[in-house]
Amino acid sequence: MRNSLSSYLQQQTSAAPLAVFRIGFGLMMFYSILRFAFKGWIEQLYIAPQFYFPYYGFEWIKPLGTYTYLLFALCGLSAFLVAIGYKYRLTILVFFLSFSYIELMDKTNYLNHYYFISVLSFLMLFLPANAYFSVDAYQRKYHYPKIPRWTIDSIKLLLGMVYFYAGLAKINSDWLLKAMPLKIWLPSKYDLPLIGESLMHKEWFHYAMSWSGMLYDLAIPFLLLYRKTRWLAFILVLVFHIFTRVLFPIGMFPYIMIVSTLIFFDAQLHEKILNGFRRFTRAFKNKTKALSYPLHTSVKQKISYSILVVFFAWQLLFPWRYLLYPGELFWTEEGYRFSWRVMLMEKAGYAQFKIVNPQTQESFYVDNTRFLTPRQEKQMSFQPDFILDYAHFLGDYYKAKGMPAVEVYVDCFVALNGRLSKRYIDPKLNLYPIKDTFKHKDWILPLDDEIKGL
Amino acid sequence: MKRSILMFCLALTSLASCSSTDDSDKNTSDGFDRTALLTYTADQRIIPIFKDLQAELTLLESTRAAFENNPNSAQLEQLSAAWLSAYKVWQHLQMYNLGQAATTSLDAERGFRTYFNRYPVDQQRIEELVAAGDYDFEAIPTYNAQGFPGLDFLLHGTSTGDAQAIDKFTSNTLAANYQQYLKNLVAHMQQVNTRLLNDWQNEYRATFINNTQNGQDGSFNQMANDFVFFYEKGFRAEKFGIPAGVFSNQPLPDRVEGLYKKDVSKDLALAALDAIENAFNGKAYQQETEGPAFKQYLEFLDRNDLVQSINQQFEDSREAINQLDDNFYLQVQNNNSQMTQTYDVIQAAVPKLKVDMKQALDFSIDYQDSDGD
Repeated sequence: MRNSLSSYLQQQTSAAPLAVFRIGFGLMMFYSILRFAFKGWIEQLYIAPQFYFPYYGFEWIKPLGTYTYLLFALCGLSAFLVAIGYKYRLTILVFFLSFSYIELMDKTNYLNHYYFISVLSFLMLFLPANAYFSVDAYQRKYHYPKIPRWTIDSIKLLLGMVYFYAGLAKINSDWLLKAMPLKIWLPSKYDLPLIGESLMHKEWFHYAMSWSGMLYDLAIPFLLLYRKTRWLAFILVLVFHIFTRVLFPIGMFPYIMIVSTLIFFDAQLHEKILNGFRRFTRAFKNKTKALSYPLHTSVKQKISYSILVVFFAWQLLFPWRYLLYPGELFWTEEGYRFSWRVMLMEKAGYAQFKIVNPQTQESFYVDNTRFLTPRQEKQMSFQPDFILDYAHFLGDYYKAKGMPAVEVYVDCFVALNGRLSKRYIDPKLNLYPIKDTFKHKDWILPLDDEIKGL
Repeated sequence: MKRSILMFCLALTSLASCSSTDDSDKNTSDGFDRTALLTYTADQRIIPIFKDLQAELTLLESTRAAFENNPNSAQLEQLSAAWLSAYKVWQHLQMYNLGQAATTSLDAERGFRTYFNRYPVDQQRIEELVAAGDYDFEAIPTYNAQGFPGLDFLLHGTSTGDAQAIDKFTSNTLAANYQQYLKNLVAHMQQVNTRLLNDWQNEYRATFINNTQNGQDGSFNQMANDFVFFYEKGFRAEKFGIPAGVFSNQPLPDRVEGLYKKDVSKDLALAALDAIENAFNGKAYQQETEGPAFKQYLEFLDRNDLVQSINQQFEDSREAINQLDDNFYLQVQNNNSQMTQTYDVIQAAVPKLKVDMKQALDFSIDYQDSDGD
């Protein structure tokens, strides 16, 4: 066992796939940041709001006012430098830190694929992605045509886990037996050419999409790994992601996944892609020496291995933490995020907050639009941790305005996957003294329905 | 490569053939006909309401002219009756802030209602404008001095220094200015309504009907948003919540609709509820026939549960409103808890419309543009 592990760690493979991956990743991140800026989202999401919803334990991470633009500039620049492989170890670190900081500023904007980028860039901190076809190699006048095989395998493992866990999450009665939420989402895409009026409202189509989506997610890592099915798998990847791109506003994510899955292909394909790039970089043609990758196991290397083992163990276990909470996961969302649960719910809510002065019993309702952006209000109205954060914000706000004592109540209704909306939180419960913890929030009223499955 | 493409096609066809065997749903006919819904809404509701308001405003103008020739209290009463009748028709139109209506004023949120039903009006502003004799009803400083609430003050309110409403047209030193202001105001409302009605009949009808896309700018999406917004803001908040003080520390009786006439706020609120119910159920304007609207769309999606629940909420609201005083100004001052209870009943429909109906029909409430997961 020990021997086979160490011999696995000694195995080498072509560095081309990792180089292509680095270039693709860097360029797409660079483009994503530009796109984000040009759409005006920096201002809209991180400058304009009066209040930001922090992640538990990361309350110290806040937007930086106008310096937020600088943060985005740094993130975009580092992505570009990663792409060209310039001072890679430093620039991927800067990218990881700046990107993660941006994502932690306001959980309103949480997306699984942003988390995926953070996780992936963390993994890339430990990979020799600049070994080959990089400015670093050009400058130091040598490159490594071969790198340890585990470095490429670790990316495959991460990608495979993301897909597989996304597939597991779809094994539930709402998704498979009720075709929810696709049954809600697809009919409203009636304006698509050809399939809009003919397919989108058909019940069998909703079920077909639900089941094939689940099977796709579970099977695709294996189809990509196995040489004989790899091209088929890649075509499926293309079809699946382009189709979801047409149907839903999911930004860059489909392209990122499509480019990422190229890593499963053999080195020949990547050499061909690099040859394409070489045509543009002919001016820089130089003679870098090919060295063989140093195989001695240094202490540094051992530390890296241990970190990665912990990292993957964490990735493997963290999505299951929801099992520790009572109640229905989709309803309470305790342990929902950071678990590759994608497109599983159509959930919406309506939350009306009441501020009470307990001394006079005077009360009034809060106009949420005074404090929150429409997007923040939407996200807040069906997620309990948001509701509590906002209740605290309101309590603090009115206290600061001179109310001697403040009580904050909410009347909140939430609808999940086409069920009639239900009251979500006891309207007679003062939320202001309640502190957020990782413990179960027993003040969420039950769904009174069971969603079976994982 | 060729083989894998072949495999892929095989996989697709097998997927299609095996999944078509469980084709057991009721909706195998064509999808819901949105063009029909939009056509029906335009031809049986929106345009007829505009036309009716046009007729009401014409009547209002002729009554006004009679009053100008003969400014006595009997004529004023007739004018007041014409005002109320037109004001009730307006309640049916307010939710259709579409097309040119949405952009006709500089107030992007209120759109055309800036010129018809923005309240409360500022009495002092009206008196200043009358004294100046120089005003443009499309300019921002007049926005809180016009429309039906502006007429309400002119016909029923008492100007500074006067003893009763009619004095401003008779004994007041500015009587001629007041007559002119009244004349210009009615003329302006007619003018705006004519402009919008013409646009609907000549241009916008086709645009509206053909815009079946499912984006934020699609006609159905806009209409659904306006409907929910009217219920939540124009009906629930403005007619009940704000005067009852549910958003402030104290009740604000001078925020009621029809503040100067006073005994009409309930009438106006009930007219608005009729408008909401009819729009939801697709009732042709002033007729008993029903056509495609929110109700029929929800039924098509097998959401009769939601249809029933929403209509039940409307009935509960009507019952609660019927218990109130005709005069909300008095109601708020004498028994505000009954007013807030009524508000709570009306409020109960908001999640049904804004959460359940929105989810079932999957229209987007005007949220910001950004990526999803």
